[in-house]
Order: sequence, then C-alpha cells, then structure tokens
Amino acid sequence: MGNQELYVHNGDSWELSSIPEVDADAFRQRILKECSQGARLVNLFAAAENGGGIKIFAILGKDQEGRLSVLSRRIPQNTDSFQSLTPELPQAHMFEREMAEQFSITPVGHPWPKPVRRHEQIYPFYRVEGEEVHEVAVGPVHAGIIEPGHFRFQCHGEEILNLEIQLGYQHRGIEKMMEEVSAERAVLLAESIAGDTVIGHTLAYCNVLESLSDCEDSPRAEAIRAVALELERLSNHSGDLGGLSTDIGFLPSAAYFGRLRGEFLNLLMELSGNRYGRSLCRPGGVLFDLDEAMINDFRERLLMAQKDLKEISELFFTKSSVLSRLEGIGVISKQAVKELGLVGPTARASGCGLDVRTDYAFGMYRFNHIPISTVLSGDVYARALIRWLESQRSIEFLLDVLEQIPEGDLQVKVSALKPDHMALAMIEGWRGEIVHVAMTDSNSRIVRYKIKDPSFHNWMGLSMAVRGAQVSDFPLCNKSFNLSYAGHDL
Amino acid sequence: MWGVIVNRFKQKFRTLSYPPDVPSFPKRFRGRPVIAAAETQTPLDKDKDPLGTVVLEKKPVLDMGKCLFNEDIKRIFSKEILTYSQDHRMAVSKREDLILRDDEIRLAAALEEKTKRIFGRSLKLREVCAGSCGGCDAEIQAMSNVVFDLSRFGVQFVASPRHADGLMITGPVTKNMELALKKTYEAVPHPKIVIAVGACAISGGPFQGGKEVHDGVDGLIPVDLYIPGCPPHPLTILDGLLRMLDRLEGKNRAIKGRRGKF
Repeated sequence: MGNQELYVHNGDSWELSSIPEVDADAFRQRILKECSQGARLVNLFAAAENGGGIKIFAILGKDQEGRLSVLSRRIPQNTDSFQSLTPELPQAHMFEREMAEQFSITPVGHPWPKPVRRHEQIYPFYRVEGEEVHEVAVGPVHAGIIEPGHFRFQCHGEEILNLEIQLGYQHRGIEKMMEEVSAERAVLLAESIAGDTVIGHTLAYCNVLESLSDCEDSPRAEAIRAVALELERLSNHSGDLGGLSTDIGFLPSAAYFGRLRGEFLNLLMELSGNRYGRSLCRPGGVLFDLDEAMINDFRERLLMAQKDLKEISELFFTKSSVLSRLEGIGVISKQAVKELGLVGPTARASGCGLDVRTDYAFGMYRFNHIPISTVLSGDVYARALIRWLESQRSIEFLLDVLEQIPEGDLQVKVSALKPDHMALAMIEGWRGEIVHVAMTDSNSRIVRYKIKDPSFHNWMGLSMAVRGAQVSDFPLCNKSFNLSYAGHDL
Repeated sequence: MWGVIVNRFKQKFRTLSYPPDVPSFPKRFRGRPVIAAAETQTPLDKDKDPLGTVVLEKKPVLDMGKCLFNEDIKRIFSKEILTYSQDHRMAVSKREDLILRDDEIRLAAALEEKTKRIFGRSLKLREVCAGSCGGCDAEIQAMSNVVFDLSRFGVQFVASPRHADGLMITGPVTKNMELALKKTYEAVPHPKIVIAVGACAISGGPFQGGKEVHDGVDGLIPVDLYIPGCPPHPLTILDGLLRMLDRLEGKNRAIKGRRGKF
C-alpha cells in the first residue's frame, strides 16, 4: 500500500506513485474525519486508469496550515458505483455529480444525483405541489446581456420556496480538449475558460505547467502577473458594484462604477494589448514588461482611480435608499458557507476568512502580503461591501508592488514535463479559489486536466440565498454573486 | 442629495466624441493584423498557429475570423512579417472579406435601402450568448456604459427576440445551445439581421473542431455582419454597427490630450 499520507503545497508536483491508495471505506472515513477537523474539500475528481479502472483522487485543504493532503482509491473495472459522501458531507455534492457524469459511475446514496452539464435526457425539475404554488421558468436565453442558464423557481405568491439552477448550456468540453491539443493551443483554451477571469485561469494553467517541468519564473514575471491579477479583480469588483447600483435603480453610481471598470480594463490593455489581459501570461513568465514610464503612468492612474473609487463608494454606501435595499437580502450563514464549501468574496462576506492569497500564498503574494477583509452579515450588503474593501486593498497592494518591481527575465524556457506526475495550482481569482490539476503519463503527456472555477461551488450558494426571499429580489441576489456560467460549464 | 450633485460635478462628462473622433489606443493594442507585402517565400512555423489562422497561398494570407489576436502568433515567421496595427475597424459583411490578402479591407457595407427604411432611426437587438467565455458579452455590455453610450445612436438591447430587429450572437454555438439559438432566431420578426461577434461565433475560435461545439454561427443561421476579435474592442463592435446603419461619414479624427487616450 506504500505510504499512508501525502502532504503538498500550492504549486507542488508529485509522483503519482507517492499518492496513498486506500480502500473505499478508509477513503470515506479519512475525508469525513479531516473535514470534521476543519479541512475543506478542495478537489474530488476521477481519472481513467491504464488498465480500464477508475481512480478517485481527493485533495483536502487545511486552510489554517496552508497545506493540502492527497489520497486516492480505485474503482475496479467491474464496478460502476461508489458510496456517496454527500449525505454526511454536503460540500461533496457537485464533485460527485460531476464524476458520475464524466465516468458513468453512480454515487450510491447521493440525495440529488442530477446532471451537471449534459443535456441528453429531459431532466425532471424538483416541484413543490400545493394550492397557490406556482412555477417560474427563466432561461436559457435571459433578458439581459448575460450567459445562458436555466432557473426554475417554485413560488408561493412572491415568496421563493425553492430555486433550482440547471446549467450546461455553455459546455464546450474544455477539460477534454486540454488533454488532446498542443501546448500552444492549450494556453489559448485556458484564456477562454471564463472571459472575465482570463488572468486567474491562465495563471493556474501556467503554474501547473511550470510545476510539472520544475521551471521557476523570475520575480519580475511574478510581480507583473500579480499586477494583472489585481487589475482583473479591481475591474470586476467595480463592475459588480455598478451592476448592483443598476439593479436597485441608483443610477449615479451605476454610471460612475461602470466607467471606473473601464479604467482598470484600460490599464490591462496598456500592459498586455487586450482589455482582459489576453496574451500576457505564458508558461515560464509573461510576454510583456513594465518599463519605468509605464510604472509612473500606472501609479498616476491608480491614484486617480483610488480617489474616484472612494468618492463613488462613499456616495453609494451612505445613501439610506441604497442600504435599505441591500441589507438583510439574500442572507447566507457562515455555517451554510462551510457546509456547502463556498469560496471567495461570497465566503468572506459571511465571515469565513479564506483566501488563497494568504492561506496558500503563491507568486508575489509570498513577499507582498495582502490583508484579508471579512464582513459578517452574509447579505447582499455584505457582498457589496466586501468588493469595496477588497478593491481598496488591491489598489494599495498595486501601489506597493509598483514601488519596486524586482529584476529578472520576462520568460524562462519551460522544459519537458515530468512523467507520471500530478501537479496542483490554486489561484485566488476575483470570484474565489481557482484550482487546476494536471496528470501526466509515462510519456509526459497530459492525460487528465481538471479545472475548478469558484462558480462550481457558489451557484448552490445562490440557490440557498434566495430561499424565502421575494422573486423580485432574485436579480439583486444574482448580481451580488455574479457567477460564471462558462467557468461552471467548462 | 448634495452628495449626488457634488459627485456628478466631479465625475465630469465622459462620453467619447466618437464619431468622428477616435481616441488613441495604447502602443501594445492589437488591432487589425498586417502582413508585410512582398514576402512570398517565408516559411511558416505551423506549431505557433494551432488554429490555422495563416496559410500560404502565393503569399501568406490571414483569416481574421480565426484570429485570436494573440501575441504568440507573430512568431510563426522568423522575421517581423505579421504585426498588429492600431486600426480598430474590422467588421465586414461577408465571411470571405475577413481573409486578408492585401492591405485593403472591404469594411462592412450599409444595409439595403428598404431594410434601413423599415428599421428607421432605431435598431433593437437581442443578444444571444451561445457558448462564449463571456468576454464578448462583457464588451457588448460595455458599449452601453457612459464612455461609449450606445443608446445615443438609437441602438438598444431588448429583452425579447419578438421586440428585436436582429440578433447579436457570441460563442461557437455549443450543442446545448443550438436549439435555444434557433428558436430565438425564429422568434425575431422579418426583416431580421444577424451579427456574429468574436472569433468563436465566426469560426469556433479556440474551440474549433471540438466535439461539444459547432464552428460558429455560419451554416446554422445566415449572418449579415461579422465582427472579429477575441474579444473585439467595444469601438470595433460600434464601428461595425454604425457602418451597417450607414451612420459613419467622413474620416476618423484623432483627439489630443488625456481625454483622447484609452
């Protein structure tokens, strides 16, 4: 059986043979025990084995210690089911549904084994029966300029009894394509996992590849990557505050935040030639440098944005008409966050201070620390406020990093990938924890590529947030989460 | 109350004076690609161009519909032959016009007189995202912000296809969105126009040949306007729309000073 424990860190790679393999029962018990002691299910996924069987890998994160433990179990060729963890550990529910869909194995005892992305069969939605109970169906084509998804509400009058979200319309088969295409094309796919998280996902891809080839990029490249990641966060956070302003009909800040979002995107365009930072991050480093004149220009424009952000946010967060619309709407408790394994600003707005940038610090964040903000109330107000707080910290971080960009090569050469290895990279994208895992075979080819966008966890959070709320509060709650359909559907 | 007024005053007037004024793009901005003339025999490194954007005919020919406007593709030539210009204008009416054979580009033509008369001075569009990463949709949405202010041109996005004059489509069209897209198209009353925005909607983009997607809108429903890019800059989309509506006259002018910069 080999060793019984394997502990790794963010950005590590390890031999496949070093992963402890335990039997079905021990696998369950280990996961349940560690999660009862504060660990979190960072990933749970299956991969096909050479001999025809399936192997399930679990990656458990100990946020306080900044390390992860990895374990695995086999599902022999002649079995097509496994005992579900979900009844005891609700945060496993999406992972198990995903494995069931990707590998045709049944999670026995899963309370709600429904499709994640596939649409072959007509899916019977959960229904509430009763006098005056009615159903509202929305999507896949929505009223606004947004991505497609289907929302099914069970309502009693204006009250939402249940919201079921069925996605998969955006399914492009990225995970599978990542295993089939060349490295030149894979990085272009990574940039298109979620169009508003280009930097986050591409960084995760680059880190995985660098780890698999023992390549270390320069401090300068790491600094430029961090600048881009924070600009991405700033543009999205200010865009979201604008979206929330629009949804409650407070038009002054809707216009100003919308314009401010563009200022951050324009900085990314200045750096990379593209408003979303495409072509900036490549395995081994970055393609574009920041010279002295650009740094001065960036600092000047960031200081201006800092002033604008403060003035606009103060306008927004001090109006009683705004606060009365945000407070107490769509509450998610800290306990629900933990049980469902929610991540990112959503978790931090409910008092859970998890953030990859400090818990599993990577790249520049190992040297320049960024304080974590938390809010306790877990409502739409908290999710709005957390965006303002995080934006302030991001601008301060950027001004600090730009003060002294370390020296180094922009890009170093990435050598051949190590055979029979697994690598993991976590990035705190603006929506939360992004996790990429890659596995190579004995010929150093990537045979399994696992992508996890924070939306994968957080869509369930939205369902829970609107339970008991008014139908008319849904758009506001939805905006306060602002999740990715493409990132979920892959 | 006073706060709102003071803030309004501080925020100033931010809408571009486009058209005819065009702010200058940053040096690194990747606009319409340019292949240096007179180069005929330069070999291509096909590995650097996994999507088949450039092919060698008598000379290198670039398909803007497949182009992701990425930096790496410049390296298919050992010398600096492929570059990106600062020109944001790229929208065309026919698929073949996206294939750059020489320096000239046949930009989008105006709608027929009759269609234009029916639409009058307004254009109502329904946006359908059919498997895009969300990048193109974000840029379409950005056209409505105070900087670009789309509504001053009479163009508006509406909630129902039944209220629309046409569709604006993004994404390669996933198999899971095919039915919804076709139903939305059928719901738009005649005469209707279809605009494909971004590399995915035109050619499948990075997903071309994928098992779960089509290679863009062509072949599923007829397209009247192609806007290339990954994603196209809001001004590129706006330029395409205004050309189609025959609302761009005269030459673009560059603006000077801070306000003239993105």
